[in-house]
Amino acid sequence: MLRLPSFTYHQPRTLRQALRIKRDAGPTAMYVAGGTDLYPNMKRRHQEPQVVVSLANVPGLRRIRGGTKGSVVSVGACVTLTELREHRHVRKKHSAVARAAELISTPILQNMGTVGGNICLDTRCNYYNQSYEWRKSINFCMKKDGEICWVAPSSPRCWAICSSDLAPVAVAMGAEFTLQDIDAERSIPARDFFRDDGIEYLTKRPDEILTEVRLPPANGWDAVYWKLRRREAFDFPVLGVAVWIEWDGAQVADARIVLGAVASYPLEVPEAAQAILGSRLEDDAIATAADAAYKPSKPMDNTDFGLAWRKHMTREYVKGALRELRKRHS
Amino acid sequence: MVKRKPPLPAKAHIRLVVNDEAVEASFAPHKTLLEILREDLGLTGTKHGCELGECGTCTVLLEGHPVLSCLVLGLACEGKHVRTVEGMRHGPDLHPLQEAFAELGAAQCGYCTPGILLTAEALLEANSAPTRDEIKLALSGNLCRCTGYIKIYEAVELAASRMRGDPTTPPEEAIYGRR
Amino acid sequence: MDDGRSPSRHTPPFRVIGTPRWKIDAAPKVTGETKFADDLALPRMLYAKILRSTEPHARVVRVDTSAAERMNGVRAVLTGAALPTPFGILPVSQDEHALAIDKVRFIGDPIAAVAASTEEIATDAANAIEVEYEQLATIASIEDAVASPEPRIHDYGPVGNFHKLIDVEFGDVDAGFSQSDYVREDLFFYEGNTHLPMEQHAALADWSADRKLTVWSSTQTPHYVHRALAKVLGLAPAHIRVIACPNGGGFGGKSDPFSHEIVVAKLAMLTGRPVKITLTREEVFYCHRGRHPTLMWVKTGVTNDGRIKGMHFRTLLDGGAYGSYGVASTYYTGALQTVTYQVERYKFQGARVFTNKAPCGPKRGHGTPQPRFALEIQMDKIAEALGQDPAELRLRHLAPPNALTANYLSIGSMGLGECIRKVVKASGWNERFRQLPDGRGLGLACSSYISGAGVAIYWNNMPHSGVQLKCDRGGGVTVFCGSTEIGQGSDSILAYIVAEILGIEPIDIRVVTADTDLTPVDLGSYSSRVTLMTGNAALQAAERAREIIGKAAAKKLEMSHDRIVFADRRVFDAQDPERGISFAEAVQLAEAAEGTVGTVGSYTPPNSAGKYRGAGVGPSPAYSYSAAVAEVEVDGDTGILRVPRIWIAHDAGRCINPVNVIGQVEGSVYMGLGEAIMEEMAYRGNRNVVHKIPSLLEYKSPTTLEMCDVVTYIVEDPDAKGPFGAKEVGQGPLLPVPPAIANAVYDAVGVRIDEIPITPDKVVKALKRKTAGQTPRFGPSAFPAVPWPETIHVPPPWEGGDGRAVEPVTAGTAFPEERQH
Repeated sequence: MLRLPSFTYHQPRTLRQALRIKRDAGPTAMYVAGGTDLYPNMKRRHQEPQVVVSLANVPGLRRIRGGTKGSVVSVGACVTLTELREHRHVRKKHSAVARAAELISTPILQNMGTVGGNICLDTRCNYYNQSYEWRKSINFCMKKDGEICWVAPSSPRCWAICSSDLAPVAVAMGAEFTLQDIDAERSIPARDFFRDDGIEYLTKRPDEILTEVRLPPANGWDAVYWKLRRREAFDFPVLGVAVWIEWDGAQVADARIVLGAVASYPLEVPEAAQAILGSRLEDDAIATAADAAYKPSKPMDNTDFGLAWRKHMTREYVKGALRELRKRHS
Repeated sequence: MVKRKPPLPAKAHIRLVVNDEAVEASFAPHKTLLEILREDLGLTGTKHGCELGECGTCTVLLEGHPVLSCLVLGLACEGKHVRTVEGMRHGPDLHPLQEAFAELGAAQCGYCTPGILLTAEALLEANSAPTRDEIKLALSGNLCRCTGYIKIYEAVELAASRMRGDPTTPPEEAIYGRR
Repeated sequence: MDDGRSPSRHTPPFRVIGTPRWKIDAAPKVTGETKFADDLALPRMLYAKILRSTEPHARVVRVDTSAAERMNGVRAVLTGAALPTPFGILPVSQDEHALAIDKVRFIGDPIAAVAASTEEIATDAANAIEVEYEQLATIASIEDAVASPEPRIHDYGPVGNFHKLIDVEFGDVDAGFSQSDYVREDLFFYEGNTHLPMEQHAALADWSADRKLTVWSSTQTPHYVHRALAKVLGLAPAHIRVIACPNGGGFGGKSDPFSHEIVVAKLAMLTGRPVKITLTREEVFYCHRGRHPTLMWVKTGVTNDGRIKGMHFRTLLDGGAYGSYGVASTYYTGALQTVTYQVERYKFQGARVFTNKAPCGPKRGHGTPQPRFALEIQMDKIAEALGQDPAELRLRHLAPPNALTANYLSIGSMGLGECIRKVVKASGWNERFRQLPDGRGLGLACSSYISGAGVAIYWNNMPHSGVQLKCDRGGGVTVFCGSTEIGQGSDSILAYIVAEILGIEPIDIRVVTADTDLTPVDLGSYSSRVTLMTGNAALQAAERAREIIGKAAAKKLEMSHDRIVFADRRVFDAQDPERGISFAEAVQLAEAAEGTVGTVGSYTPPNSAGKYRGAGVGPSPAYSYSAAVAEVEVDGDTGILRVPRIWIAHDAGRCINPVNVIGQVEGSVYMGLGEAIMEEMAYRGNRNVVHKIPSLLEYKSPTTLEMCDVVTYIVEDPDAKGPFGAKEVGQGPLLPVPPAIANAVYDAVGVRIDEIPITPDKVVKALKRKTAGQTPRFGPSAFPAVPWPETIHVPPPWEGGDGRAVEPVTAGTAFPEERQH
């Protein structure tokens, strides 16, 4: 049986306590929320914290608030994916968020995994998400214990991919994240939370806690999320397409198209969005946007399915997502 | 080369409620609920297939909700209610789900069965008359390699029907095939 | 049956047989009470961990265990030097060591082992063992192995990295082709995949103070594990007890003796303490023994109405790093082509190569799904070329029942025609095939499978299955048998059959199985042998008990023995049912008259008709038959394939318990679906031949959301060789599923995917070729040159053959006697 390594576990009752334990323990400490990402990774010795600080008992992190009368919806970072997808307001007004949540892994895992956990999900790569013993047989990789990124051996960087389903939706939607440090709170746009690097994939400082996700008020915009994977349960995305559109009557006034699982961060494709601005999402405009999204979509050989097909599917999924938005608007 | 690990810290001690019975457990603090149930509380009815949250075999109910016990830290269960397959029987009688699984051969090797029974129990608690699609979705996180799931759906439907008070016999096609 | 009694005299009505019932282990399984191997724990138990090779092909220069030995809690460290004797499932390929002696052959090959007070310490200690390797060039694929005779992975085998080469011809196929109106050649590839039982292998060993060994293991073959332990440990078999725990799924993956079983035994002997090992999921991928990746070339010649005048089959199997069942697997890729449709002349050339990957072996359908895939797609292509309906074509040329095939397989009952008619009608085939809108399609395929291998793994003339039966004064009966419950219902079969014969209820019977100290040998749960073989053994033991008990009852009731009936827990007069006594009373009378009432039964399969080298693989007492129609939806833009429904009909001879027969069919369809659309063992040949995806997340096993609807029809064409006419059902229904899906994809979008799994990228590639006016196909393009051995010539029965090989006519020498063990 695969087992966890030994560590010290803390279950603080306040945010402040959590921050202090983490600060005192230094870089060998990590936060945990649902544990569905961290614990498997610890069992495979990807992360080996000496101290684990649970956020599960911190009050206030497990609430969904706001949304009435066109206000911002605040989703606490420890809200479970089940709570998120079942939340009436989120289902109705932020359906792309609910959709992304219900597409994550399995209904059982959604009872455990959290919003914050999925957004901070460690980048993934099938050279990395393997046991210690397996990784030893390729002499490890750059992301843990090794020197080389086996996905692109001559590359100076790690190409592990952002496999979060909520992240591309949050970026497309223009969500804001609240980060709490021991002496300050700050808010940043979702797009600025992620970095294009497989190892340093977040701009969040290690001690900071992601406390809430602020979804913009629902007024005049629409968004969808399409997820590609081999099976309709368990699997991480091999491609995610999140599209956000602001309508002006029948025309697209503003748009964002963000690709998940093809880069180390949610990849926004402004050229694709540009292609539909001012359009009524006619087939031509959709095709142009799909072509624009196809170009920068550069899947690497580090997850399921072949590269060429995943790239091909970028075009198909962008088309599909835009057609869905068109249909919903008509 | 592996770093020399310090000796394991002293055991942790918690109280929790397992199958409606207050119990105490002492264990190495890094142990998961799965390990504690099986190794410290002797409840080996909870099985495991990967210990990484990738199969659903180790599913138990925590505060009434299905969770993967391989990814729940024992220390996080202080004071909580846990339900395992051992808790499903009503005294000497089988739970209607257990009865229906036995009747339709929905447990072949029986290894994924405890996790599936508990997931199904939680489903029926929330939805007493699930459709086939709702059953499929609810069980989509429990892998089974033997049955092709069909006998499992049929058993859940049969049990749901009986739990609603409808005296039901299984569909003939489930038993003899189509004729 | 060896005493000349035919089971076909058992005719309905039956009381137990054919009635849906709980399996006898249903209650323990739904309550979690069943003890699987990892559920066991003994006082003072240690945990073991195996250090496995991180190199795919290397000499082991040095293994330094000193750091591990110094660790707190470590009780023993073991290396290959302590276990130098090789083992393996087949006598012809004793090529494995419990721990590497001088060489490792794939990533995952065992090198050293640790026993420690906790699994955590054992794991850390195993990783503290230092291994110095001298790397060797790797062989990553079939093509690599054929092209690279050096370095040899093993120092045995006919040449280079070939493990086995077969060349046998039944009649002159070239003459058959020249008599044909239409001849075609096709290439196919069937990717490897694995069993993926939900239970990871586990074993527990105990070495008693009186120097006797007990091993509990999740094995399908306790008898073979018993033999391997005796051989490698150098212990008297009489001092070893192997208990197979109920398997949490097997599917063939727990049929070999494994390193970890030997290792825990040795560690228990060294420490004097019980030692348990539970493999991780990744290690289960390394145990593997799954489906051989198989490249196939098929040439078939038919007359205008589809009669097969000649068929030439070539298979090339990627065996992975060890022999396992591979020789048998290779023969199986050529064995069962002849039992579905009449094949007048048949030639088979098969080869297995070694590669630096986890060893392949027997997975559900053992060696036959691959050629069945090829054959059934080729039949579809032939039907189209001849302008005929593929169902009609097959129906017109079914192999006849009660007859020998070209390769001397003896077919008994044969319900394939009925199976085809059932699925054709149910699926609306005649109205829908080739007539559905673009993107939707139907495909048909058929198959057959053995009901137990006719020849044992090792040569012997003892029974394949034995049963002992003990009748208690209280009316209870205990059945002892070496068979192993892996979820397929084998324990229940014993109870049902004994209950039927003795007129009692299955609940009155206690079944004790799979314990080499307590139960007579049964060869194991493989080759779909259990219902037929243990069933016949149980039948014989029960009939012998009925004889003894009936005699005593007849005497008491003062009537002739032949009027005695056993039913309803009573023994009574057929003509006057009121006149009788309870079963328990009858047992007491028999005990008083004859002493303790115990009987034995055993089963030995009939001798095979073929006497040529290789004739040992393929013969079976009876063959099951299946036909399936798959319906698919294919998205022309994305290539994404969905399978909403499969109709399947299976000739099981006779259902012992119909609900479990249906369950086996549905489970087989599931596994076939997974192989057809998503499962594959993937390795990175350019990255040290690591297994790409050794996890339940990345090895894609279908979830509830991928599983199709299944409409099952049971056809009962009782076979005289089966107990009450029963044939197998656990494996055969897998076989038609992949080719039916492939044929349906062609019906849907007009492209041939001659390769498994049928993934969307392959469909897209084939569709692009179609659009470009090229051959609308995805599949292999070449079959490498193989140094085939000299052909063994065996004239088919209808050309005057007697099952023996002959020299080619031109050679003019006498008939050589050959015997395949």
